[in-house]
Amino acid sequence: MSEIELEIKGLNVDYGLGEQSVHAVRDVDLTLRRGEVLGLAGESGSGKSTLAYGLTRLLPPPGVIRGGQVIYHPEQGEPFDVLGLSDRQLRAFRWAQTSIVFQGAMNSLNPVHKISTQLTDVLRAHEPGSTRAARLARARELLALVGIPADRLDSYPHQLSGGMRQRVMIGMALALRPKIVIMDEPTTALDVVVQRQILGQLVGLRERLGFSVLFITHDLSLLVEFSDRIAIMYGGRIVEQASAAGLHKDSLHPYSHGLLHSFPALRGPREELSGIPGSPPDLRSMPTGCAFHPRCPHSFDPCVRRVPELGAPQGRPEQDRSVACWLHPAS
Amino acid sequence: MSYLLRRTGFYLLTAWIAITINFLLPRLIPGDPVMSLINRAQGQLSTQAIQSLYVLFGLNKDESIFVQYGHYWAQLLHGDLGLSFAFFPTPVASVIADSLPWTLALVGITTLASFLLGTALGVYAGWRRGSWLDLVIPVTTFLSSVPYFWLGLIAIALFAGVNGIFPSSGGYEPGLVPGWDPDFLLSAVQHSLLPAVTILLSSMSGWILSMRNMMVTVAAEDYVTVAHAKGLSERRVMVSYAARNALLPSVSGFALSLGLVVGGTLLVEIVFSYPGLGFELFQAVGAKDYPLMQGIFLIITLSVLAANFVADLAYLVLDPRTRREG
Repeated sequence: MSEIELEIKGLNVDYGLGEQSVHAVRDVDLTLRRGEVLGLAGESGSGKSTLAYGLTRLLPPPGVIRGGQVIYHPEQGEPFDVLGLSDRQLRAFRWAQTSIVFQGAMNSLNPVHKISTQLTDVLRAHEPGSTRAARLARARELLALVGIPADRLDSYPHQLSGGMRQRVMIGMALALRPKIVIMDEPTTALDVVVQRQILGQLVGLRERLGFSVLFITHDLSLLVEFSDRIAIMYGGRIVEQASAAGLHKDSLHPYSHGLLHSFPALRGPREELSGIPGSPPDLRSMPTGCAFHPRCPHSFDPCVRRVPELGAPQGRPEQDRSVACWLHPAS
Repeated sequence: MSYLLRRTGFYLLTAWIAITINFLLPRLIPGDPVMSLINRAQGQLSTQAIQSLYVLFGLNKDESIFVQYGHYWAQLLHGDLGLSFAFFPTPVASVIADSLPWTLALVGITTLASFLLGTALGVYAGWRRGSWLDLVIPVTTFLSSVPYFWLGLIAIALFAGVNGIFPSSGGYEPGLVPGWDPDFLLSAVQHSLLPAVTILLSSMSGWILSMRNMMVTVAAEDYVTVAHAKGLSERRVMVSYAARNALLPSVSGFALSLGLVVGGTLLVEIVFSYPGLGFELFQAVGAKDYPLMQGIFLIITLSVLAANFVADLAYLVLDPRTRREG
C-alpha cells in the first residue's frame, strides 16, 4: 500500500513564455502510492487541472512545463521520467499506464463515431496484433464493467444520457488496465444522484482492479468520503496534504479549513457555514509571501514576506501530513 | 427512413414548382419568344407561318393555359425542350447535350479537385497552426479576390497566344472530330488545362480557409484531447477525430458548388470561349433564344436540387446526429 506509483517532483507549469507568462503550477511535489485514491482539491484556477494535464503532457498551447520531474514506477523495471519520454514512448505510455477521465462528460466522446469505435480504437492502437472480434469482446466487457448493456456498443454518444456517457468514459479509461486513473472533475456535469452512483461504482472497480486514482475536484466533501489522502491546492501550490480522515477532523491550513466549512455536513450537529471571503488570486500578480494571506483570517507578520515551505508541522507526531503555513512551521 | 421520405417529397415538390415556373416565365414576360422571332424575320412571315410558330413553341393562343401546361409536361417527359432560335431548327435538348459534357468535365473535375486539394491543405494548415502552410493562405486568398476574368485574361496573356504553350480558346483543335481517340483527348486536355488551373486558383482558398478554421475549432474539443490522451497516433487523431468532424460544414458547401457546376462558370467559359453550357447560355441571352435559356435554366435548377439532395444524404451518412430515430 505504501509503495510509490508516481512521484511528482518540483513540477512547474507556465502558460505563455517570457515576461507575460503565468505560473499556473509552482514547485509541486506530490506522491501517488500504489492502489490509493489521492484527492486533489482547490478552487477554480488553483492549478489542479493544469497539474493533471502537465503530468500527462497534454497541456494545450500555450501551456509549457518549465521544470520538474514526473517519475513513474512501473511494477517491473526501472522508474522513468514521463517528461523525458519520446513521442513514440509517450504514446505507448498514455492510457496503458495512466488514463484520464475528463471534466466534460458531454464532450469527451466524438459525436460522429459509435461507442464501439471509440472503445476499440484505443485497443487497436496499443495492441496492434489483436483481432477485431477480440477487441469488440473487450469493449463489451468494459461496458459490462460500468453497468451498461452491450447493445449500447452500436449507439452514438448523443443517444446516451450524461451519466451513461461518463460511465462509458470510465470504462474506456480502464480499457488497457492502467495503473493510474486520473479523474478530472469527472462528475461535475452530473446531478448529485448520478454522481454518487458513479463514484460508488468507481470505488468498487478500484477494489477489484487495483488501480490508483488521482481524483481532482473542487468538492472537498466528496473527497473526504471517497479518497485515502487529500492534497489541497491554492494559487498553484500544494498547501496541505493529509489523510482524508485527518484532514476532515483537523485541518491545519486556514484555506483547507475554509474549504471544508463551505459545504454543509450531511450528518452531525448543525454548523454555521463560513466559506472563504475574497476571491482566488490573480495568477499574473500573486501576493507576496503566502498566496493566501490577503484572505486569511489568521495572517500575521511572516505571511506577507516569505513563502511557507510545505513540510511536516512541528509538534504533530502523526505521520503522513504536511502543511505550508506559518501557523504550523515545518520542523 | 421516414425522414428520407420526407426529404424526397420535399425535393419532388420543389422540382415541380421549378418546372412550373419555368413553364410560366416565358408566358409572363412581355414580348413572347415568337414575337422576337417575327421581328427577326422582318415582316416576311405570313399569318399562317406565325400561327404555326406559336403552335411549335407551345404558345398556341387557341389553347387554354392548362392544356398548354399538359403539353409542356408531355414534351418534357419525352426529353423535348423545344427548338432553339439561335441554332434553328436544332432542338434545345441536343444543343444542351452537345455543351453539357464540356462543362461537366471541366468544371466538375476542377470543382472536385479544388475541394479535395483545398480541404487537404486546410486540414494540415489547421492541425499544424503556425507552420509554413499558414503562408499559403494569404496567397490563395489574394488569388481568389482577383476578379475572375482578370485572372483568366492574365493567364491567357502569359501562357496562350502566338508563342504560348496553351491555346487561348475553344475546347479542342479545330479540324479534329470529337471522339474517344488519343489525338482528340490530348487536344481537349490541352485546351482545358488553362481554364482549369485558373478556376482552381480562384476557388481553392475558400475551402482552405473554412477547413482550417474548423480544424482549429475542433482541435480544441475535449474529444480530441481524449484521443491524444488515449495514445492514438497523431495521424489517427488528425483524420478520424479532428478532420472527420471539421469536414461536416464543408460537405454542404461542396454539394452546393456541385449544383452550380452545371451552370458552368459563366465567366470562365466566356473568357476562354469554352464550348460549355455557360458559354451557350451567354450566346442564348445575346440571341434572345428563349427556348434555349429555358432549357438551360431548367437543367441548372434541377441539378442544384439534385446536389442539395445529395448533400442531405451525405450529411445523413456523415453526421449521426441528423438521423432521427423512431
